[in-house]
Amino acid sequence: MIAIGENMSSEKLKIAFYWAASCGGCEIAVLDVNEKILDVVAKADIVFWPVAIDIKYKDVEAMPDKSIDACFFNGAIRTSENEHMAKLLRQKSKILIAFGSCACDGCVKGLANLWDKNTVFERAYRETPSTQNPDYVTPQTSFKVQEGELELPEFYDTVKTLPQTVDVDYTISGCPPPIPYILKMFEGLLTGNLPPKGSSFLPNKSICDECPREKKDRKLSAIKRIYEIDDDFKTCFWDLGVICMGPATRAGCGAQCPNVNIPCTGCDGPGPRVVDQGAAAISALASIATDPEVVNQAVDPIGTFYKYSLANSILRRKVRKK
Amino acid sequence: MKEIVIDPVTRLEGHGKITIYLNDAGNVENAYFQVPELRGFERFCEGRRAEDLPIITTRICGVCPVAHHMAGAKALDAAFNVAPTETAKKLRELEYVCYYIYDHILHFYFLGGPDFVVGPDAPPAKRNILGVIEKVGLDIAKEVIKHRAYGQKITGIIGGRPTHPVSACIPGGIAKALSEEERQEIEKMVRSCVEFGKFSLKLFHDVVLKNVDYVNLIKSDPYNLQTYYMGTVDQNNKVNFYDGDIRVVDPTGTEFVKFAPHEYLDVIREHVEPWTYVKLPYLKKIGWKGLTTGPDSGIYRVGPLGRLNAAEGMATPLAQEEYEFMYKTLGGKPVHATLAFHWARLIELMYATERALELITDKAITSKDIKNKPGNPGEGVGIVEAARGTLIHHYQLDANALAKKVNLVVATTHNAPGICMSIKNAAKGLIHNGEVNQGLLNMVEMAFRAYDPCFACATHFAIGEMPLEAKIFDNEKRLVKTIRR
Ligand code: SF4
Ligand code: SF4
Ligand code: SF4
Repeated sequence: MIAIGENMSSEKLKIAFYWAASCGGCEIAVLDVNEKILDVVAKADIVFWPVAIDIKYKDVEAMPDKSIDACFFNGAIRTSENEHMAKLLRQKSKILIAFGSCACDGCVKGLANLWDKNTVFERAYRETPSTQNPDYVTPQTSFKVQEGELELPEFYDTVKTLPQTVDVDYTISGCPPPIPYILKMFEGLLTGNLPPKGSSFLPNKSICDECPREKKDRKLSAIKRIYEIDDDFKTCFWDLGVICMGPATRAGCGAQCPNVNIPCTGCDGPGPRVVDQGAAAISALASIATDPEVVNQAVDPIGTFYKYSLANSILRRKVRKK
Repeated sequence: MKEIVIDPVTRLEGHGKITIYLNDAGNVENAYFQVPELRGFERFCEGRRAEDLPIITTRICGVCPVAHHMAGAKALDAAFNVAPTETAKKLRELEYVCYYIYDHILHFYFLGGPDFVVGPDAPPAKRNILGVIEKVGLDIAKEVIKHRAYGQKITGIIGGRPTHPVSACIPGGIAKALSEEERQEIEKMVRSCVEFGKFSLKLFHDVVLKNVDYVNLIKSDPYNLQTYYMGTVDQNNKVNFYDGDIRVVDPTGTEFVKFAPHEYLDVIREHVEPWTYVKLPYLKKIGWKGLTTGPDSGIYRVGPLGRLNAAEGMATPLAQEEYEFMYKTLGGKPVHATLAFHWARLIELMYATERALELITDKAITSKDIKNKPGNPGEGVGIVEAARGTLIHHYQLDANALAKKVNLVVATTHNAPGICMSIKNAAKGLIHNGEVNQGLLNMVEMAFRAYDPCFACATHFAIGEMPLEAKIFDNEKRLVKTIRR
């Protein structure tokens, strides 16, 4: 157990936010806590939040180790800069929280691990039909223009998660994390009432536990696509023949997607006791398929079962393609 | 040669970086706007299931995910050769205009607001949302927060999630019908938004237009750029966010081309520079002539002002009234003043609320007829107007409805050349004979954020102020001066 609440009565909690390779949605989610964020701000000092507060990296470097009580880290690790900041903030923080799917599991950006930097560049800067680039010019980390030299950060070939990079105390997955649990997390931090290290702030249930759809006999004889079915708006997607990531996915969002008649695609990350989200979903599929052939009908298994967790999966590339 | 580097947000990855070079006389030689980030979606969307594309691509941007979702939905409609039912189309459009409501409110009050409401000369410490609150009062600030939340709530009801919605990933439809209960709840919120739209225009009139200095600033040279403009229009050439043909006008306002989404490759090309990860789009017919303005350059601008310039009016009465008033005030069409983006944004906010009211009071909106049967998978282009400009998704699907190829031309990308030139202009207006003052940062920032480029938007929302630093190097590359705020 990490003691952060010790001097709470006398001193405000020091918190930090950092944004690595991210879409900004996690920051919006913090905003969507709406007026309750004011309670947090009243009880805590935000000591580092580059998107909002003008504090330079060197100011963070100058802070004593473990002087930040809690750091919320969103975004995946893509560049050397992301990695440097992850290590630095680990060193400076008592509690480091992987905030959101990108930090926890790599999110959809982790699917880029099926390729490497060069093949990503080729698509973006050469092949795309709107691109006019006969000499195949690509962005360079350092380039001499007429007037001087311009620099760009270097990108790693592989997207990594925060827990693969540094030791992490807690996770709160979701793309973005569900608001009620962001609030619960803030509350826990402010009162010092925290779960054991390594816990997720999301509930220890699966999406199926939050889903209003009725589970029937679940015998799967053919896989269908969501736009091919006649939805009755109440039967479990698996019973309708459509792959749903609910059983392999941690609860928290309130089954938002099934509630608008779209199967869960898994953004809250691996469910409790699930090591590998994709493997768990595939075994769920195998267990209800009437014939082994049915499993093969699942097209794009990686994108379907590992949409948000490829970077965090047992499949993750150990050696990158050259 | 002196070099000035303005690194917004403390070298934070994912944000623009500005470098200005001075010549030996100390005047601006050139300015570069770099985007230090590449996402690679066009590559890793390959092989994915068609229905996943409108879900995966929302993760390009957490600030405008609804735009990617809808461009994706429309690309799927086209690829499966199916039109959505009347109700599905109206629900999608309703969700879409409500995304405009929250996005434009966020931008005007949290970003542009500080520049105008508090004033461009106010000290940096006041030029943020807190300064806006101080000036307009806490009650109004609460209204701002409330109506932004309404917009988000409505997109959440229809899309399933306020950020990264899912319900329109079905070609030819939408997955969930609207109940009468939900309809009534939304109608209440929308009616309130219409009033808020009117209030915002009035605020702009009172605070900005009644101040001659502001109007002169809008019209001033450093903030003017003569370019082509692009935007989506309906069959009457009125601005439309969700659907229509794309119209391009030349710097005199004359129609240059009007094209259907699937014809975009006849009109647009993207140029690659080695010093930035963002591609620089231009009009194919004119060609890439470098970062220059005027009719001989293929550079065009998109977004609120681009759309208003490219169209012949607004499709709702109050927005149309204000549209006419803006062009009258600023000297006719097209308006090249970059700062008029803010005014255009409020006119669009008015339109979005009026259009939302039309849709939510439409009988068809609660019909259960929400899906048409898709045809066979093929190729399709979907175009919508994202808040920041024209957004293009182009999918090629194989027989299993897996993505073979994906091409994306993202809204902010279109404006990248314009942003670059606006920054250069602003710098030129303020840097003379090597004298660089604090005002430079404000001016450059104002030019930059009029466009509301996504990264800056996400950067600004919390406090509304971008921490900036300008470093000035001498010709030996020694740091001679640092300006911070
Ligand atoms: S987890 Fe989702 S919302 Fe958060 S930064 Fe990543 S993509 Fe955006
Ligand atoms: S599998 Fe999907 S549809 Fe079925 S109960 Fe679980 S979450 Fe709901
Ligand atoms: S239902 Fe699944 S995909 Fe949808 S928000 Fe919840 S966890 Fe994410």
